[in-house]
Amino acid sequence: MMRGAAFQGKQKILETRDLTLHFGGLEALNGLSFSIAPHQIVSVIGPNGAGKTTLLNAITGVYSAHSGDIFFQGTLISRLKPFQITALGINRTFQQAQLFSNMSVLQNVMVGMHPRTSAGFLGGVLHLPGERREEKKIRERAESLLDFFGLLPKADWLPGHLSIAEQKRLEISRAMASEPELLLLDELVAGLNIRETEALGDLIIRLKEKGQTLIVVEHNMHLVMGISDWLIVLHHGSKIGEGRPEDMQKDPKVVEAYLGT
Amino acid sequence: MTLSLQIFQFILSGLTTGSTYALIAIGFSLIHNATGIVNFAQGEFVMLGGMFMITFYTFLELPMLPAFFLTIFSVAVVGLLLEQGPIRQAKSKEILILVMITVGASISIKGLSMILWGKNPMTLPSFSGEAPLVFLGAAVMPQSIWIFGITVGVVAALNYFFKGTMTGKAMRAVAASRRSAVLTGIPVDRMILLSFTLSGALGAVAGIILTPITTTSYDVGVMLGLKGFSAAILGGYGSMPGAVAGGLLLGVLESLAAGLISSEYKDALAFLILLTALFFKPSGILGSGRLRRV
Amino acid sequence: MGKKNKIYLLIYGLIIFALPAILQNNYHLMVLNVAALNIVVVIGLTLLMGYAGQISLGHAAFFGLGAYLSAVFTTTYGFPLWPTVIMAMAITGSIAYAIGIPTLKLEGHYLVMATLGFNIIIYIVMIQFDAVTGGPSGFAGIPRLRMGNFAFGSDRQIYYLLWAVSIAVLILSLNLIYSRVGRAMAALSHNEIAARCAGIDTEGYKVKIFVVSAVLASLAGSLYAHYITFISPGTFSFFYSIQVVTMVLVGGMGSLWGSALGAILLTILPEVLHAVKEYNVLIYGLILMVVLVFFPQGLFPGIAGAFANRRTKNPSDSGKQLALAKRA
Repeated sequence: MMRGAAFQGKQKILETRDLTLHFGGLEALNGLSFSIAPHQIVSVIGPNGAGKTTLLNAITGVYSAHSGDIFFQGTLISRLKPFQITALGINRTFQQAQLFSNMSVLQNVMVGMHPRTSAGFLGGVLHLPGERREEKKIRERAESLLDFFGLLPKADWLPGHLSIAEQKRLEISRAMASEPELLLLDELVAGLNIRETEALGDLIIRLKEKGQTLIVVEHNMHLVMGISDWLIVLHHGSKIGEGRPEDMQKDPKVVEAYLGT
Repeated sequence: MTLSLQIFQFILSGLTTGSTYALIAIGFSLIHNATGIVNFAQGEFVMLGGMFMITFYTFLELPMLPAFFLTIFSVAVVGLLLEQGPIRQAKSKEILILVMITVGASISIKGLSMILWGKNPMTLPSFSGEAPLVFLGAAVMPQSIWIFGITVGVVAALNYFFKGTMTGKAMRAVAASRRSAVLTGIPVDRMILLSFTLSGALGAVAGIILTPITTTSYDVGVMLGLKGFSAAILGGYGSMPGAVAGGLLLGVLESLAAGLISSEYKDALAFLILLTALFFKPSGILGSGRLRRV
Repeated sequence: MGKKNKIYLLIYGLIIFALPAILQNNYHLMVLNVAALNIVVVIGLTLLMGYAGQISLGHAAFFGLGAYLSAVFTTTYGFPLWPTVIMAMAITGSIAYAIGIPTLKLEGHYLVMATLGFNIIIYIVMIQFDAVTGGPSGFAGIPRLRMGNFAFGSDRQIYYLLWAVSIAVLILSLNLIYSRVGRAMAALSHNEIAARCAGIDTEGYKVKIFVVSAVLASLAGSLYAHYITFISPGTFSFFYSIQVVTMVLVGGMGSLWGSALGAILLTILPEVLHAVKEYNVLIYGLILMVVLVFFPQGLFPGIAGAFANRRTKNPSDSGKQLALAKRA
């Protein structure tokens, strides 16, 4: 798969136009515009406070933008609620893994399948045959996801008993359960050691090779350089550069942004 | 009597009850600002105000002024005990649990009152007699003037307390941001204790001044508390001017509705107002509009 | 629903249906009949409190709506019994929907106040609207429960019907907890933002579960009306709302079995305290406080189902606690 430039403009899986978001008096995102083509890993980097996590929250509908638009596969999603955006095909992980610690590892992933399944109150209450079949499928798919992420042996554990790296993998597998076209990862490797970081990096690349589009917010430059097809650099809520990783590394504005803080 | 005069009369009596609602509403706001919980026992503080006053003044035949202050002190102590006891000792600090604890306290206080004072309604004599005064053609009970006056006095005193004294400012700091308050060395626990104690005192005042007009019994607390809470929501939960505005507004609306529409459904109307307020503008008429959405 | 629950159900069912043979006193059966209906209300409330994390202090109103709607339509207007029960459930559910939509978006104590206000309004309507409801002296002559041509004549006969309904509701609710919807609600009760991002319509589910709880209370109310054949507003006051919430808390929020046991316990308790009638209110208040202060997780925590301890822990309010509450 070609790294970088040429096909950026063609099909866009995600596009923001002039995205602006305020927090009280603070402008977290400032006229941010960019677009992303599918089937690649795009990393969003920038100094602390640049607006990276805010961007993810805006895309997933957790925050509403003050002005500007977000398009996902051509559909305007800026005013949608988070669960609707997830149903459309975007999912995410959080900086600190937000797992449902009152359920088992397996059940966490099963919950992730919620937007792709349909049994409602009636089916659930009456335990109808259609619901039973769906439950079986949910369980099987959840188990195969856990297998891919290496967590199947711990399927009945409570998430609290997993290591941090395992919790992060659980969160990704839960996100993948909703079959997202676009996966957003927020500082995935924060707090992990080198071995765990490399393992997760490989996992992300394997996901891309299966066709997944990923936006990765990351501070770990080594990882970023190693896995990214494209970089978008934010500073003070706006884009100060985008391009191939090796080009951004040498870009004077980017360098100054990092050194200047 | 002409319609406009009748309406004026209703408004005046509405301002009277509205003043007490305002005092109760302030009590709710105080505790909510300090702790985030709704104190369901607030109404019982009001009931206790009436009951204690009757005990001290009528049964024990103490002079009015000492009985007045003794009552306020006693109910303030009840507030203190509530905070130091069930609230402070609670193993869970979750807001909903603490709110339900205040519900339990409210029921317990009501149950205890039922045993101590029986079920019959009791009353206090008006502070300065029954002869109505005439104001712009409408009849005004002297007690109403006392109610209004004492409420104004209390609100002014509270205003001074919050703006002019260190303790008051500290309480406002806790309401604005607990974390910052802790960081600047404000004894938050003591502020919380103070909020409960003050609410007790405020409830007592409301009970004392209202009883001559409405009589009191062991079960008036629930209704008064809820109306006070409605007033607090109506005016903008958590703000003192809001509580006062909400209280007066609720009193007037209730009085007008009772007079012009139906007096039997008067209480229902107060709650209808509450529900409507909750549905359309939960942040209240003076509220900031920024409500914490879950 | 898992083997454990099936075993519990078996034991529970056996004990329940064997009891009438042992208990000869009709009064005891009557108390248990009321307990069966309370369980239905309490199960609905448990789902609401355990999953949506919201407390309603107005379920007496839904219970009362079921009772009065059933009573008025069957007695005054001659509607057939069971269709009326279902119609009452539909009407009550719609009202709950109307209340739930605006209030469930807000913090928990708004629903508390809205439901309490609603309870009081309904209570006052029951008393004042006496042309229809019979006013404070109540409404008599309600047709007895019947199925087809068989009229349930005695407490003993009704026992089987009411407990069958009660156990059926328990089974259906256990099914729900272990289903896709149940998982979604467990997730939402635990971490609402993560649940939303996982694709769960949290606001929608909160409203739905509120409606379900109201509908169950209505069902219980209708059955109550057709059992006792006489209803009066006093039964449906705010105090009953407190009682059912107490039953849930004593049982352990989110534990259906705990709630059922809590309901049975606290239905029997006032009868035991009958001798000290005056103290009824005080003791209830003290029980509520003691349980909440020392056993906030309930008295029967070990019996909880698949999803154990469920308290809302949103990242946005880590610590809805006195010590750390964030000021908005």
